[in-house]
Amino acid sequence: MSDLIDNNTMKYKLISLYQQNIPAIREGLPENMNKYREPAMREFDRLGIPEKGEEKYKYTDLMKAFGKGYGYTFKATNIAVDSKTLFQCSVPELDTHTLLLENGWFYQKNQEHAQLPKEIVACSIRDAAVNYAALFEKHYNQQAAEHPEGISTFNTAFAQDGMFLYIPDGFVLEKPIQIINLMRGSNPLLVNQRNLIVAGKNSQSKIIVCDHTLTQHHFLSNTVTEVFVDENAVFDFYNIQNQHNQSSQLTSLYIQQMKGSNTLTNTLTLHGGFVRNNIFVKLAEEHSEAHVYGLALIDGKQHVDNYTFIDHAVPNCQSTEMYKNVLDDEATGAFNGRILVRRDAQKTKAFQSNKNICLTPTARFYTKPQLEIYADDVKCSHGATIGQIDEEALFYLQSRGIGGREARMMLMYAFAYEVIRNIRVPVLTERYGELVEKRLRGELSRCEGCFVHCN
Amino acid sequence: MLSIKNLKASVDGKEILKGINLEVKVGEVHAIMGPNGSGKSTLAGVLAGNSRFDVTEGTVSFNDKDLLLLAPEDRAREGLFLSFQYPVEIPGVSMVNFMKTAVNEHRKYLGKEPMSAGDFLKMLRDKKQVVEIDDRLTSRSVNEGFSGGEKKKNEIFQMAMLEPKLSILDETDSGLDIDALRIVANGVNKLKTAENATIVITHYQRLLDYIVPDVVHILYQGQIVKTGGKELALELEAKGYDWIKDEVKV
Repeated sequence: MSDLIDNNTMKYKLISLYQQNIPAIREGLPENMNKYREPAMREFDRLGIPEKGEEKYKYTDLMKAFGKGYGYTFKATNIAVDSKTLFQCSVPELDTHTLLLENGWFYQKNQEHAQLPKEIVACSIRDAAVNYAALFEKHYNQQAAEHPEGISTFNTAFAQDGMFLYIPDGFVLEKPIQIINLMRGSNPLLVNQRNLIVAGKNSQSKIIVCDHTLTQHHFLSNTVTEVFVDENAVFDFYNIQNQHNQSSQLTSLYIQQMKGSNTLTNTLTLHGGFVRNNIFVKLAEEHSEAHVYGLALIDGKQHVDNYTFIDHAVPNCQSTEMYKNVLDDEATGAFNGRILVRRDAQKTKAFQSNKNICLTPTARFYTKPQLEIYADDVKCSHGATIGQIDEEALFYLQSRGIGGREARMMLMYAFAYEVIRNIRVPVLTERYGELVEKRLRGELSRCEGCFVHCN
Repeated sequence: MLSIKNLKASVDGKEILKGINLEVKVGEVHAIMGPNGSGKSTLAGVLAGNSRFDVTEGTVSFNDKDLLLLAPEDRAREGLFLSFQYPVEIPGVSMVNFMKTAVNEHRKYLGKEPMSAGDFLKMLRDKKQVVEIDDRLTSRSVNEGFSGGEKKKNEIFQMAMLEPKLSILDETDSGLDIDALRIVANGVNKLKTAENATIVITHYQRLLDYIVPDVVHILYQGQIVKTGGKELALELEAKGYDWIKDEVKV
């Protein structure tokens, strides 16, 4: 694999990689997971790796992620970490149930450490396909198949492991579940991780996903997460992306919401060479509510692209969306927020806001709100801005004796805070605040912001 | 304390200040009056260091330092304070954090240790009383959603916190009802000592009923055209600005 390779050649390389490793990919997995591979591969052949300029990839060249040359492993690597220190969280008050995945593989000793209530099912998706077959079959690859995407079909064809989480009906999880995704190895690596989360009726749960890289190789993680949120459930999904600048991260998060459910997602990108996040939320039954937030603070030559699709399929649902980006140096970013209000989805309330600050003339941001409204009794709004630090506000702070650098910091933090304050875990709000402040001050090293004490 | 000599400044190439000369001594209150567009706010902005204005000629010394060479934050740390005509709203920056940072940056400049949280909060409580400012306001973001009067009170509150040597009040009376005006003026008077000085910039004489100046200057077309005692303000009030315009023409 070389840097000059094109999308099509790369696609054939991946198809051929699949064909040569079918037995290894399928090994140990039941038919309910394996049966999706062939159709997914055919879809992947049809869709390919999206090219830059395509509708959904106008400003993002996926070959910057795919074209780097990676190895692939079809077996779990041995997690050789001192689990005692690993599971010590550096946030004193952030008390969570911690689960670890390395290179997309679920750590088998998680159960010993996580101390999850016995009602909660947390296991590898491999095990879930066997042990919780009914749940698995009902939800696996249902939402992903509804939105055929090149990168998610690629994942479906290759997926061998990931996390499965089940919060039973009526269960209220007191502490958040923290999932730590580690990427490491002695060689560059491509990983397809597949997660499935089912939040039962009236359940309440909060998930914090931390993505990290431990070694300095090129990594490409292509993660698909499907979440089914049943009636009246409350579900939060916080994703802290903090990978090094040689890493590429593609995430596809699918959320289906049933009657009266309430979800919040928050994607915080602190570091990462190349990041593309897809979020698909389907408000499938009435009175459901989705809050979709994101914040990215990037510099150097980093690239972050957030794509969201909120599907108001039925009446009386509400969505609020807020994405903010601060770009320094030659960083580039994009936001594409699609909101679909279907014909009968009356009384829909949908609000979208995307605000961006380019700190330098060389930073670039592209934003595209995309509202498709087919109902006539709705309240929808969107707003997008790209600007610089407010000079008037800067002077105001300086005129009170606050130094230029510090004043800029305060204004950037204030800008970011609008996203942070929507977090529904109080301790995490503080922690986010600290991380963002450190990141803005340029004091956040790859590992320092890490929740994991690995070295 | 402040010595301005032949100060000229322009905005976007247009000359606004056309040679200002002004001396302010410790303990004095100066009023600068003038019609709209005479350059009052430009003078305030230039002194505070707003980069919108280009100084093209002249010198300003403040406590024997060349003020024009200092960054805005250093002017503030040296003891210069500007009460803004239009205070800026800064969502997301809390008043408490704003003031704590400002006070500590001043202290750092003077080689002092940062203030302890306890001392700071005590100071905050004490100073709030100067302008009868509400707890509600200090717990919010800087000026966000404040009424016109609240914003002006907040300016004087910040002045109380920072204890400047020279305060420039730029149209602090504009947009204030009579009660708010009285509170703001009282605040300014309470902060007055023999060691500091004040420049009150105003269009109307009204504020000068409350803050009594030692010297009154009339600014017109970028120059100080008349200087006198407090009675000059009354004369101006009685005769109107046309009087000055006519006099200058002659």
